[in-house]
Amino acid sequence: MQRIFLFLYRIRAFLLFVALEAIAIFLIVSNNSQQGSAALNSANQLSGSILNTQSNVLDYFSLATVNKALVDKNANLLAELEKFKRPADSVYIELDSVLSASFQFKGAKVINNSIHHSQNYLTINRGSAHGIKEGMGVFNEEGVVGRVKAVTKNFASVISLLHTDLLVSSKVKSSEVFGSTKWDAADPKRAKMLYVPRHVSIEIGDEIVTSGYNAVFPEGISIGKVINVQPGKETNYLDITLELSTDFTRISYVYLVENNQEQELDELYESSSISNE
Amino acid sequence: MNSRKIFYLIVSFFLFLLVQVLILKNMVIFGVVFCFLYVLYLLLLPLEFKVITMLLISFIIGISVDLFYDTMGIHTASLLVIGFIRNQWIKIITPTGGYDEDLQPTFLNMGFGWFLTYSIPLFLIHHFLFFSIEMLGTDLFIPVIQKTVFSATFVFIISIIVQLLFYRRRRGV
Repeated sequence: MQRIFLFLYRIRAFLLFVALEAIAIFLIVSNNSQQGSAALNSANQLSGSILNTQSNVLDYFSLATVNKALVDKNANLLAELEKFKRPADSVYIELDSVLSASFQFKGAKVINNSIHHSQNYLTINRGSAHGIKEGMGVFNEEGVVGRVKAVTKNFASVISLLHTDLLVSSKVKSSEVFGSTKWDAADPKRAKMLYVPRHVSIEIGDEIVTSGYNAVFPEGISIGKVINVQPGKETNYLDITLELSTDFTRISYVYLVENNQEQELDELYESSSISNE
Repeated sequence: MNSRKIFYLIVSFFLFLLVQVLILKNMVIFGVVFCFLYVLYLLLLPLEFKVITMLLISFIIGISVDLFYDTMGIHTASLLVIGFIRNQWIKIITPTGGYDEDLQPTFLNMGFGWFLTYSIPLFLIHHFLFFSIEMLGTDLFIPVIQKTVFSATFVFIISIIVQLLFYRRRRGV
C-alpha cells in the first residue's frame, strides 16, 4: 500500500497535469453549446469592463465609418418610410394584427470581436439589465451578424456568423428557394449555403436574405451574394459560396432583434418534433 | 527566491496579460500570423521552478487569456502541455557546464543559439496544439500548419525584441 502512495507521489506532477488538462477539455466541450453560462467568457464583469474601457478609447478612431454607416441606414429608413406614407385621400384598413409588432429591436455597441478563429464571438455592452435575452438575433446595417449566446447583467456574448456551428435559415431573395447559411472557417468574407437541392437553378449574383422561418431574424435581412455555384461533390445538394454582406472586420454598432412569438413557435416545433435551426 | 523577485514576476504577469488581450489580440497579420506572446512569460520563468508550479502558473495564464479570447479552454489546454514539458526540455538541452541555479533563461543570459533551440520547439508545439484544437471539426489541415509555422516564427522574433528592450543581462532576476 505504501508503495502505491509513494508511486503516486512520484508522479504527482503528471497527475496534476492530467487533472488540469481534463478541466481544460471539459471547458472546451461545454463551451460548444449554443447557449450557455456567461461566467467563463468575455461577457463576465471583469473582462467585460476591461474590454469596455478599451473600446471607449478605440471608438474615436472608427467614428467616421460609424457616422457614414448611420447616415446610410437613415437614408434607407427614410426611403422605406416614404413607401408607408399614405395619400390624404386613401382609406387604411389594418389586415392582421398578428403580422405587425412581433419583432422588437434594440441597439448595442460591440466591445470585443474576433474573426480569425474557427469559432468567433463578439461581446456587446448591453445585458439582461437592458432587456437582452439569450437567443436574440444580431445584425447591423450591412447584414446578419450572429446570435446571442450568453447574457450577464451588463454584457452579452454573441456567436458570430463566423462560427462553424451557427446555422442561419436563409433564402434566395428573388426565387424564395431556402437553405441554411453556415461558415466553413476558411475566409471571413465568405460562407456556404447548404441544403439547396441540385434541381434548383441559382445564378451568380443572387441575393441571399434571412428567411424568417426560424423566428430568430425577421424576413429579409441581407446575408450575402452568391459568387459561385457548383454541384456538390459528395452530397445531393448544390455547393453554393456566398460573399457575406457584413464586413466583420469593422463592426462597431449592432441591432438586436427579439421575436415576441419565438417561444410560441418553439413550442409548436417541439410538440410536432421538428428541429428548428 | 526573495520577495523582490516574486514581486517582479507578478508585475510582469499582469503586463504580459494586458499587452496580450488589449493589443496583440487585435494584431493578426494576413489572417495567419498570430502573436501569442504570453507563452514567452512561461518560458522566461526561473529555471528553479518545479513542474507543479509551472503547471499552476500556466493554468492561470491560460484561463485568463481564454476569458478574453472567448476560446474557453483552448489556450489553457495547449499552454499546460508547455508547462509540463518545459523542465524536461531544459534538462535535455543542458549546455556543457550545466546551469546556474535561479537564472532566468533569457537569450541575454543563455546566448542566442541556446534560446533558439529552447524556444522554437516549444512555440511550435504550443501553436500546433492551439490551432488544431481550434480547427477541430473542420477539414482544414493546411491552414493549421501555415498558422503554426508563421505565428511561431513571428512570436520568436517579437520575443527576442521584447527581451532586448525590457530584460537586462544579469545573474538572477
